[in-house]
Amino acid sequence: MRVYHFSEHPYPDAWNDPHGYLRVDLPNRACDPKKAADLFHRYHDEYLLADELGLDLMLNEHHQTATCMNSTSIVSLSVLARQTKRARILILGYPIGHRPDPLRCAEELSTIDVISRGRLDMGFIKGVPYEFAPSNANPVGVMDRFWESHDFIIKAMTSHDGPFNWESEHFHYRQVNIWPRPWQQPHPPVWSTTASKTNARVLGERGYVMAILGSGYATRALFDAYREGYASTHNGAMPGPDRFAYLALFATAHTETEAHRRGELVAAYLRTGANVYPPFKNPPGYLSVDDNVRLMRGMTPERSFTKDGRIVDMRTGSLQDLIDSVLMVCGTPDQCYTQIKDFIEYTGGMSNLLVMAQGGFLNQKDTSDSLTLLAKEILPRLRELKQPGATSVAAA
Amino acid sequence: MTTDSLSSIRINGIRIGAIERGTGTPLLFLHPGIGLDPTAPVLDRLAERVRLVAPIHPGFGTSEQPPSFDTVDDLAYFYLDLMDELDLKDVTLVGVSLGGWIAAEMAVKSTARIARLVLANAVGIKVGPRETRDIADIFAILDQDFNERAYANSALGMRDYKTMAESDVRIAARNREATARYAWSPYMHNPKLKNRLHRIKIPTLFLWGDSDRIVLESYGRAYAAAIPGARFETIAKAGHFPHLEQADEFARRVHAFMEGRSS
Repeated sequence: MRVYHFSEHPYPDAWNDPHGYLRVDLPNRACDPKKAADLFHRYHDEYLLADELGLDLMLNEHHQTATCMNSTSIVSLSVLARQTKRARILILGYPIGHRPDPLRCAEELSTIDVISRGRLDMGFIKGVPYEFAPSNANPVGVMDRFWESHDFIIKAMTSHDGPFNWESEHFHYRQVNIWPRPWQQPHPPVWSTTASKTNARVLGERGYVMAILGSGYATRALFDAYREGYASTHNGAMPGPDRFAYLALFATAHTETEAHRRGELVAAYLRTGANVYPPFKNPPGYLSVDDNVRLMRGMTPERSFTKDGRIVDMRTGSLQDLIDSVLMVCGTPDQCYTQIKDFIEYTGGMSNLLVMAQGGFLNQKDTSDSLTLLAKEILPRLRELKQPGATSVAAA
Repeated sequence: MTTDSLSSIRINGIRIGAIERGTGTPLLFLHPGIGLDPTAPVLDRLAERVRLVAPIHPGFGTSEQPPSFDTVDDLAYFYLDLMDELDLKDVTLVGVSLGGWIAAEMAVKSTARIARLVLANAVGIKVGPRETRDIADIFAILDQDFNERAYANSALGMRDYKTMAESDVRIAARNREATARYAWSPYMHNPKLKNRLHRIKIPTLFLWGDSDRIVLESYGRAYAAAIPGARFETIAKAGHFPHLEQADEFARRVHAFMEGRSS
């Protein structure tokens, strides 16, 4: 069992105008570079603490937003690759469907893998809808570009006998021969995310680690779609729990009252993070025509469910709603352990827990305390937890 | 909207829908990114004096999306092939907005089958300095804002998708996606096109709905100035889609231009 600490590197002071938008068009005048420097140092210090405590590390990347200052995740990955000692370092994700130059991606990621002496996990993603306005990448056909970029990066990382040629639909190179090559062989583990069963099956066929975000007690169907895909390319074998990951917000403390106070601060992320000017939320081609037809006709799919099938709106739900739907793990260490254990049993096996243990205004002292309790009182018990079999049915 | 009145045309193995009406010299009408409603009055008005061929672009409406098509250049070659396939001669080529861009791209390649060109509120070139957006970013504005910019009477653009037939909602969704596929970046233009426009040596008429705030009249005049001898006329009480807002006037101007009359 691995538990990854995650912070989006927020700039929460820019949260204060409840009517403004937090992504794409929030003027960067609201960003004081001195405050930003303090925040980066602080978030990196929290990662160093997590490394010492035996946790692993997750970073992500967004653009033109106060919710996440990691607009070039490669920079923070580079700092942490050198400064941490033992943790795995997961980028989830790296939006390769937006990048004009996958050769550069392969070089960056290989270099980080080498500097960290083989501790990089490569999460490749297509990016959330509002990334297309900043990158200007065409949202139509992004998955085609994503897979070509993926194929190229893997080929570049696994070719060791001199330059190869690549002339395809989206990318063109004639002399590809990256230095350094990655530490991990044949290449660092590939992770990805999805909210669709079709894509879950594709990830299963490839045997990549699939991370699910925010679907709570609707996650099992995605895991099962992955298992079907995996079995189809692995002679009917079931994937181990290490092929699955789940991301939840997280806060713990010695008392429930304090844990919930911290939880409310972290939950500010969910309550404001989707505060985006509507046209940027659904760029053309990001969703399929079928999905857009449903959306235009007023039918929006629900995403988050509690164990008893209640629908939770992640923006307006109470803290208890967020806990019930595993959008958040929150409480005393005992309570957190039970919430995680119940969820793992429901999924049929999952041994990578990703926790946003810092979010919004949660300060360094509280974050550090929460991480310490997580590492000392929850992680050891999770490591002893016997993973359920993939065919088990969670108790209702 | 009905699709009953669509005929099916297959060019290079690609099946598209088309509206074909009237007899006489051929007029090839290329629709804007919002698509083409077969019941639009302008089609009957135009067809009164010509053989109208109004194809639904690949990827739009119910027309097939060829996997390899992702540029306006692809569409331009497709319609040059269509004119060959249907053996259209002495064609009056009319394009509105995105359709105007396609028409201009065709005309710089070959006017062997094209006798005259009408570009209405056409996009396709870059006119202003790099930090000035010539064409409103239609993917970054709300529907209401789009309608206010695109129409003299914005009520004409309003759609209630919740009460429309699902097949029509699907057409609208496909039109939006296809427009982005062809015109997302460089946004609504080909940086090479302006310097090729001098190749257009056939009579050319620009029609411009003068209330257009998607692309301003000054853009249209700069476009016209790049085509030798092109004439520029405005249409009052019309925005970006003069063929919809002033169908009679639009058809009258096109017919007058075909007959060599000044309107």
